[in-house]
Amino acid sequence: MAKTFLMGNEAIALGAIHAGVQLVSGYPGTPSTEVLETVAKENPGHIHVEWSVNEKAALEVAAGASYAGARVMVTMKQVGLNVASDPLMSLVYVGIEGGMVLVVADDPGPISSQTEQDTRHFARFAKLPVFDPSSPEEAYAMVREAFEVSEKYHTPVILRPTTRVCHGCATLETQPALPARPVPGFGKDSSRWVIFPRLSNANHKKIEAYLPQLGKEFCESPFNRLSGFGRRGIAAGGIAYEYLMEALGENTDVRVLKIGTPHPFPASLAVEFMTGLDEVLVLEELDGVIERELTVLCGRYHLRTKILGKASGHAPCAGELSVEIARELAEAFLTGSEAAVPLPNPPPLPVRPPVLCAGCPHRASFYAVKKAMEGKKAVFSGDIGCYTLGNAQPLDMTDTCLCMGAGVTIAQGLQAVEPDAVHFAFIGDSTFFASGITGVVNAVYNQHDMVLVVLDNSTTAMTGHQPHPGTGRSAMGEIAGRIDIEKVLEALGVCSIQTVDPLDHKLAVEAVRFAAGIPGVRVIVFRSPCVAIAHPNIPFRVNERCVGCQKCIRELGCPALVLQDGKAAIEPSLCAGCGLCARICPAHAIGGVEA
Amino acid sequence: MIRNCLLCGVGGQGTVLASKLISAAAMQRGDDVRTAETIGMAQRGGCVVSHVRIGRDIHSPMIPLGQAQIILAFEPAEAARCLPYLVPGGTVVVNRKAVQPVTATLSGKPYDAQAVLDYLAAQVENLVVLDGDAVCAQCGSPRVLNVALLGAAAQSGALGLTCEELSAAIMQRVKPQFHSLNLQALALGAQAAEKELSHEDEAGTV
Ligand code: SF4
Ligand code: SF4
Repeated sequence: MAKTFLMGNEAIALGAIHAGVQLVSGYPGTPSTEVLETVAKENPGHIHVEWSVNEKAALEVAAGASYAGARVMVTMKQVGLNVASDPLMSLVYVGIEGGMVLVVADDPGPISSQTEQDTRHFARFAKLPVFDPSSPEEAYAMVREAFEVSEKYHTPVILRPTTRVCHGCATLETQPALPARPVPGFGKDSSRWVIFPRLSNANHKKIEAYLPQLGKEFCESPFNRLSGFGRRGIAAGGIAYEYLMEALGENTDVRVLKIGTPHPFPASLAVEFMTGLDEVLVLEELDGVIERELTVLCGRYHLRTKILGKASGHAPCAGELSVEIARELAEAFLTGSEAAVPLPNPPPLPVRPPVLCAGCPHRASFYAVKKAMEGKKAVFSGDIGCYTLGNAQPLDMTDTCLCMGAGVTIAQGLQAVEPDAVHFAFIGDSTFFASGITGVVNAVYNQHDMVLVVLDNSTTAMTGHQPHPGTGRSAMGEIAGRIDIEKVLEALGVCSIQTVDPLDHKLAVEAVRFAAGIPGVRVIVFRSPCVAIAHPNIPFRVNERCVGCQKCIRELGCPALVLQDGKAAIEPSLCAGCGLCARICPAHAIGGVEA
Repeated sequence: MIRNCLLCGVGGQGTVLASKLISAAAMQRGDDVRTAETIGMAQRGGCVVSHVRIGRDIHSPMIPLGQAQIILAFEPAEAARCLPYLVPGGTVVVNRKAVQPVTATLSGKPYDAQAVLDYLAAQVENLVVLDGDAVCAQCGSPRVLNVALLGAAAQSGALGLTCEELSAAIMQRVKPQFHSLNLQALALGAQAAEKELSHEDEAGTV
């Protein structure tokens, strides 16, 4: 068996390829993005891989392929599942033919997300089996098993890794790939594929019958297991299990229950674990899902075991766990754990909030709008992407951010009740396609008054630069149909469209002033490529003409601009040579190399 | 025996490639590796940390506090922030140059990097301060700080990997057109550390 070093997301991708997956669709979202990228990179040739326009589209594309008998995988982050939940809820009732695995990555912390929602709940709510890997190795093995379960019960199955599993790397042994299987083809059968109330009623009963059956099978699964001895126990799932094992070390004086399939819950294994135990501590990130299952089982089987966890206040209710937290919580069960000697406090260390890159065109766009609207009443609704960072000082140009595409529509609601302000909505190119267009339709149809600013940097930057419908490239790297943002807007009937390079500061400000001065749904497309993928220009320099007014520093917040002996200076290793600071310097003290 | 190496810095400084090179070098020697990376929003100028753990039967991808034999810090404040991870008597290789966050520049109160370096010198038994800017200038590229730090770390002995092993990893993982540039940075980093370490021996103190 080949030994390779793989990131959790790469392991999931290879697991799917080796399990004979035939179609993979998804929408980028940290921490799930690398799964689909890896399938595209390692594609043996016969797999259809696509970045769909959003998670709902991705799931529906995969459902179609599964109806025809293909093995399919869909990838997204946890909030993406909210977008895909409409088709998913119904698909569980209709059922599938070819195995379908949904990779939904959760993000405890959260580190790069809006919420700390727990997909294990979602699985229960949607009546779906869910696998919860604790390591890249386990994630790899679970993918194959998930396809088997999916085909056996004709149901989609969720694989829910969390950030530390997705972005952790490990040395692991891969299995030989299953031989490619021909796609049987779609079997027409309207009594199966067309959802009607009567079908839903009948299938609901089937679902309720197979879930307990699967729960029994899960008791025998290698992903759920017991270890250790004693009268106290700890139950854990996901990465928390690995933290616990690290904290326990050689100590086997405590019984441990590992849960790899939180739904349907392996009930009889859990009862066996709790029998004879006085207390059980539950270690899990996000919500107390295992904790609740154990508590319910105690009631149902009249066990006297006390369950300690989030609900009892024994474990933190939010944020990530760690080896240290696991050790602290398990302290009562441990012997001879040594306390670390604390270090003296360091001198004050700077906080480091993330910022737009040096030379990021979004900075220029925000700055142009800010300048044009100085002294006027305006509200700036933001959206999801790198440009959410436009909220930071000194730009301070993001007043709201909720979820993908919400900026466009929130601006309309604000405008309806606060018509004396100019309402701006900022949206990135990828987000525009994912869920911005319907918002524009709403604005035109309902005659809202707003300025939509499309920040088009020709990529999906925040998640690591994936292509999207406006780029003319597909996930498979091929030339794809390119959709023109301006033409879409024109067709939707917005009243004015201006396309401007935001780095041309004067023109950009003029465009904003014009748009702000007329009624209707007006659009400015600020188009300039993301500096992280464009070739950076030669760094700019500050010359002796600098008078130390610090306007560039105070107004732009470019990380390459620093203060040196009372004057501005440019850090050459960071400067991308965008020239924005040179355009606004009142002393003309900044220039290209020749300056 | 488990060897734990923590890399820390500011998003965009190239910590991920450095951790990949360490992992590749260890794997080539037949060791198992487990790592954790910071990927996401923090990559835009926030604090980033890579945990690299080499050895068998390792559970957590994150290094427990007090168990890293070596910290490779791309920036002084990040070294101080991550110091609780260091094992008593461990080694820290730190780049001298401070990266001031935008918030600090804006407030006109840049953080005091010298005070942080002094703190490190007082707390860390084996401290190597690397002039990363000088190495980058010599190589003619601002992008080789990560490999220069690797060279210094290998030279310190605490990484448990040699420059030869890291060179092989570079040949394997880096695009051919950047091989000679990176090998030069590796050698210069090692040289700088050698000087600093021998200087320490003579002085007997830090
Ligand atoms: S030219 Fe000025 S604004 Fe642009 S990246 Fe360089 S320092 Fe920053
Ligand atoms: S990655 Fe691109 S879009 Fe994101 S902040 Fe950097 S330059 Fe701007």
